[in-house]
Amino acid sequence: MAVVLYRVDERLIHGQVVIGWGHQLRPDRYIVVDDELSASEWEQDLYRLGVGDVEVLFVTADEAREQLGAWRAAAARSILLTRDTATMKHLAEGGLLDGEAVNLGGLRHGPGRAEVLTYLHLNEDDVRDLQAMAEAGVRVTARDLPDAHKVSLETLSRSLWK
Amino acid sequence: MSDGAVVRGVVIGHGDMPRGLVDAVRHIAGKAADDLVPVSNEGKGPAQLAAELNEAAGLGTVLVFTDLRAGSCGIAAAYACRDLERRAVICGVNLPMLLDFVFHRDLPLPELVDRLVETGREAIVAAPIAGS
Repeated sequence: MAVVLYRVDERLIHGQVVIGWGHQLRPDRYIVVDDELSASEWEQDLYRLGVGDVEVLFVTADEAREQLGAWRAAAARSILLTRDTATMKHLAEGGLLDGEAVNLGGLRHGPGRAEVLTYLHLNEDDVRDLQAMAEAGVRVTARDLPDAHKVSLETLSRSLWK
Repeated sequence: MSDGAVVRGVVIGHGDMPRGLVDAVRHIAGKAADDLVPVSNEGKGPAQLAAELNEAAGLGTVLVFTDLRAGSCGIAAAYACRDLERRAVICGVNLPMLLDFVFHRDLPLPELVDRLVETGREAIVAAPIAGS
């Protein structure tokens, strides 16, 4: 497969992704799946500043579902990013991400969110999305950087409800 | 400045870097650093970071210094200054630039920006390597 990382991170393209993960995974392109950003060239230009010569695609969630098969089959190595769990869950619906791993890399404070890890705060909707992904065959773990400890969804859930 | 006001500064960056830079300016320049406000991205999502930056920037003329051009801090700065003539952003902040800033805050914003970019660039030099 050529999607080398699926990541949920509200900051999308930023230092941890480009430096931390990018230097290890050597992506040929970043795919940002976000309905709002895909309609805003000004914001797209901002995010492109961070990746040098690497290609960046901005697509809606529905477009991403259509292209996912091609991206996975392509020779180009992609890092796919969403800013929230709902968008990643939408991608996973119907088993589209069956067998894939999704990395939770950064969700901070927000309405109803509780701290699970320093970089990960979840609310009930987030947890439902993650459980739905797991039921659709996705391996969900949290890890902000490649050399950090990987935390399973089961451990995250226990932390949240203890 | 056209209205006689001086420019305030906000330093936004990763981890403890903003506070460290402002602290360094204070150690060197004293109270001249009082109108330089540090904002760290540590533990903050985009919305919270943008809100904190806007609060630090206030209503007057402001120059926002960021560490990286891209990433969460650069993007927050770009949003905060978008379409506002009284705000500007300089990316790649360094200490010499900030020291020059605190003593020239009465310059018009565009002139100040040009000056500080030049100051910051000129400050980056390689010391001779021993034996070479």
